[in-house]
Amino acid sequence: MGEFINVFVKAAFIENMILAYFLGMCSYLAVSKSVQTAFGLGLAVIFVLGITMPINWLIFEYLLSDTGILGMDLTFLRFLLFIAVIASMVQLVEMIVEKYSPSLYAALGIFLPLITVNCAILGGSLFMVARDYTFSQSVAFGLGGGFGWFLAIIAIAAIREKIRYSAIPAPLRGLGMAFILTGLMGMAFMSLMGIDPAVFGGAGN
Amino acid sequence: MAETLEKTTTKTAEPLFGKKEKKLITDPLNDNNPITVQVLGICSALAVTSLVWPSLVMAVAVIFVCAFSNLFTSLLRNYIPKEVRMIVQLVIIASLVTFVELSLKFLNYPVYKQLSVYIGLIITNCIVMGRLEAFAMANKPWRSFLDGIGNGLGYGAILVMVGLIREIFGKGSLFASSPFEWKIIGPTAEYSINTTTSTLFGWYANNNLMVLSAAAMFIIGIMIWIQRSYNKKLIDVS
Repeated sequence: MGEFINVFVKAAFIENMILAYFLGMCSYLAVSKSVQTAFGLGLAVIFVLGITMPINWLIFEYLLSDTGILGMDLTFLRFLLFIAVIASMVQLVEMIVEKYSPSLYAALGIFLPLITVNCAILGGSLFMVARDYTFSQSVAFGLGGGFGWFLAIIAIAAIREKIRYSAIPAPLRGLGMAFILTGLMGMAFMSLMGIDPAVFGGAGN
Repeated sequence: MAETLEKTTTKTAEPLFGKKEKKLITDPLNDNNPITVQVLGICSALAVTSLVWPSLVMAVAVIFVCAFSNLFTSLLRNYIPKEVRMIVQLVIIASLVTFVELSLKFLNYPVYKQLSVYIGLIITNCIVMGRLEAFAMANKPWRSFLDGIGNGLGYGAILVMVGLIREIFGKGSLFASSPFEWKIIGPTAEYSINTTTSTLFGWYANNNLMVLSAAAMFIIGIMIWIQRSYNKKLIDVS
């Protein structure tokens, strides 16, 4: 359990997907004009990251790696398989949510298909492979990374709503200011580097 | 049908590299830059810009993937059913990226290690997918190929510029971790007028902010500012 919290905190705050690795920047900049839509997209990212990460872990471990069922090193196929898993999972999640929870579907609605090409999702899976996570760590990394992404997009959307009427130089308005704000937020998040994840127990890597 | 045939025959009479084709390459460099104007494809690559050499490699990889995925999609555009076009495009991109990854692993292992997951992330780089949707699905192979090169160049130009600023001020060197590493400023700088008693920029201490990811954000923000103050029509009015 300690290890789970350890990876979660690390993924959510210390190595935030957007602020430290720039993953998912396209949708982050495009959909952060109002808090409400940012909230929907953030939820959808947590959802999809939390689901695809364990599935991709299982696929990598039991199908692609040389200790898997096929007994061959097929890791070079990981891009193709991961993106296929993500695309089909997004489709599946969309159908299930539409059937069983229309209110959630109305909230996530248009954002779910967008997520297939969100770099944070594929990036999460690739980081998971690069860092040799175990199964429980990969679940924690997926949820934590999604939560960190959610926090960052809510924060920037709130700030952008506030500064809409500020006197910013015209050429800097909109996109330019969003970049500079993201940089400032990144510096603020760096102060969280002081947290030592080892206090939660676990191996701490 | 006859009309379209006639059109194609007159089109081939046009020069292979005319004014229109030139515009396909130059347009993404300024007026329609993928990063500062279209805001596509920032995701995968900013983290590699702390040094110039990896950003150059990344830029070449993106130009390659962008150009050839555009070419192949354009060749297949009449045979791809509309419902599954996303999947087909993703398969084309993913195969090209796998090719790039394996070649880089063979050619330059240290840089491959440094870029790690970001090579794979070219797949979800919105600029590749965006050009396929917006251009290659509706245009002829040669023009799509040029459009891919142009957008890759516009993207790479920003990447290398950010890399230059970050490396010079953050590390005082150029092309570190490549065969032609060169220290420009700082106490260990090496250039012709440097003697044992005087150094030109020997007083410079490395600015650690530039190594952080936040610096890339500031630099791009300022680049957008500069570009838009020259190019007034890009200003965001909303």
